Amino acid sequence: MNRGLLSSYDWRRPVVRRTARTLHAVLLVLLFLVGLGPVLWLAKSAITPTQDTLRDPLALWPHGVDLSTIATAWTRVQIDRYFLNTVLLAAGSWLVQIIVATTAGFVLAVLRPRYRHVVSGVVLATMFVPSIVLLVPMYLTMVHLSLIDTFWAVWLPSGASAFNVLIVQRFFANLPREVFEAARVDGAGAGRLFWSLVLPMSKPIIGVVSVFAVIASWKDFLWPMLVLPDPSVQPLSVRLPALQPFVELDVFLAALAISTVIPVVLFLVFQRLFLRNDALSGAVKG
Amino acid sequence: MTITAEKPTTAATGRPPARRRRRSPVTWVRGGGLGALLFLVPMLLVFTAFSWLPIGESVVMSFQQTNLVTAPVFVGLDNFRTVLTDPLLWTAVRNTLWFALLALLLGYPVPLVAAVLMSEVRRFRGLYSALAYLPVVIPPVVAVLLWKFFYDAGPAGVFNTVLRVVGLGPLPWLQDSSTAMVSLVVEATWAAAGGTIIIYLAALTSVSPDLYEAAEIDGASVWRKIWHVTLPQLRGVLLITFILQIIGTAQVFLEPFLFTSGGPAHATTTILLLIYDYAFAGTLGGDYGSATALSVLLALVLAVFSAVYFRLTRSWGTS
Repeated sequence: MNRGLLSSYDWRRPVVRRTARTLHAVLLVLLFLVGLGPVLWLAKSAITPTQDTLRDPLALWPHGVDLSTIATAWTRVQIDRYFLNTVLLAAGSWLVQIIVATTAGFVLAVLRPRYRHVVSGVVLATMFVPSIVLLVPMYLTMVHLSLIDTFWAVWLPSGASAFNVLIVQRFFANLPREVFEAARVDGAGAGRLFWSLVLPMSKPIIGVVSVFAVIASWKDFLWPMLVLPDPSVQPLSVRLPALQPFVELDVFLAALAISTVIPVVLFLVFQRLFLRNDALSGAVKG
Repeated sequence: MTITAEKPTTAATGRPPARRRRRSPVTWVRGGGLGALLFLVPMLLVFTAFSWLPIGESVVMSFQQTNLVTAPVFVGLDNFRTVLTDPLLWTAVRNTLWFALLALLLGYPVPLVAAVLMSEVRRFRGLYSALAYLPVVIPPVVAVLLWKFFYDAGPAGVFNTVLRVVGLGPLPWLQDSSTAMVSLVVEATWAAAGGTIIIYLAALTSVSPDLYEAAEIDGASVWRKIWHVTLPQLRGVLLITFILQIIGTAQVFLEPFLFTSGGPAHATTTILLLIYDYAFAGTLGGDYGSATALSVLLALVLAVFSAVYFRLTRSWGTS
């Protein structure tokens, strides 16, 4: 068996075993409180009347369950519209990121033109520039292109992710080259190679980039706030802070809960992608 | 394997001589050069418009006076002078350093201790990491708005109720300039620790069991194994998470913006908040020159800091 810090001899010593078990139990309780606690509290308070939440915020079991808060948030506060905006922003950003990362990775790792090192270099260099430097010039670009209040202002810049290009390029570089050479001999062009060979073989990495793209887009705040000043096109993340002063607490908490559902479900379904973290740890070590 | 691989490799090695010949545009196109370039178009367009050009523009704009109405005018070092003589800058620098220091004291050891403990869990390890990672996937805006409610300064606030149970408090949390920054750091640490834990866990599984066995043969206790094997084996990752955390905390924006808007009394105004205020909080047009000047300065400081850091720790990082 793969061993870690403690040997099987250590585990047989009562002192070590008892200490380790106690620490693990304490850690588990803490993780439940700190990791799951706020989420459960939010779920509970979303369906609890405001007065109950205010009077005794830590009551385990609400006196009354009020499911109407969810409906009120969804319809009267128009969370449905902001939810749809969030989904559309995430979908478009996902598509742009996938197109940019896979085509660039394909050229850099499979077609390998002579100038590939230069291109990789200038792409990687952007990772070292803090994104705050881009903020004002990009905002002015959007103003000049009249893209303010259009989804394009969020979709297009999301593609400029050096990290995506890097991990996709790494994955493509590890695909068996013999297959590509064989296909070339059989007369397949670059388009055929990309569409019929590279993409079908790359589902794992496309999955990783997709999940992270959707979650990142769902989390994004500052940029959508700047380029989407019109409330009717804003996503949840931008709209929620603005709504807070005008909405009753229980409805507001219901809105927060609704905004949390999709990322949490994505996480629970694709847990392995997040927790195994090959891509990220590889990039950190690399 | 060797036989099946043989044919394609000879096919591959059959091509380079043709490629090395002097290439006319026609042979370049026939060889797939144009196809490769076409595939690169999406990336080139997006990176040019939203990464390479803005970086350059940022540097140029920091020497200009720009607004949305009139044509930009070069003003030399005026923007930098404005920024560096702004009394708020030094408040913001102090606050950002304070945030970074607190985040380091709190956010650096916690994930390490948790990861070392979790790596020895034998059952339900998946549950441990899933619980630890959950806060990371909660949208940051939702997390901040939720914590803002938890931080309610009244005696019936969520955290103050918890404190009352253990006989403490109530604390003013976000309302008081002495506790506001700590409150932001606690939330930020909660939101980020899971990601760091996962990175450490991956690094811990790659520590060679031989090293632990060798230490045991020399009679090392558990503590000595942690001190002399585990931590030294993690130092490469620890070095990187350290600098990533510094770079991240130097650019903290969301927490001070949503929790306190920089208050009370500028106690949580950070550098990024100041940049945002220069550019977007002004009444008309905004001071884009000062905003870019300050962001360029911040980028330079971070670049110099990282370079010095990696130089100083180079010998220490490689085993």
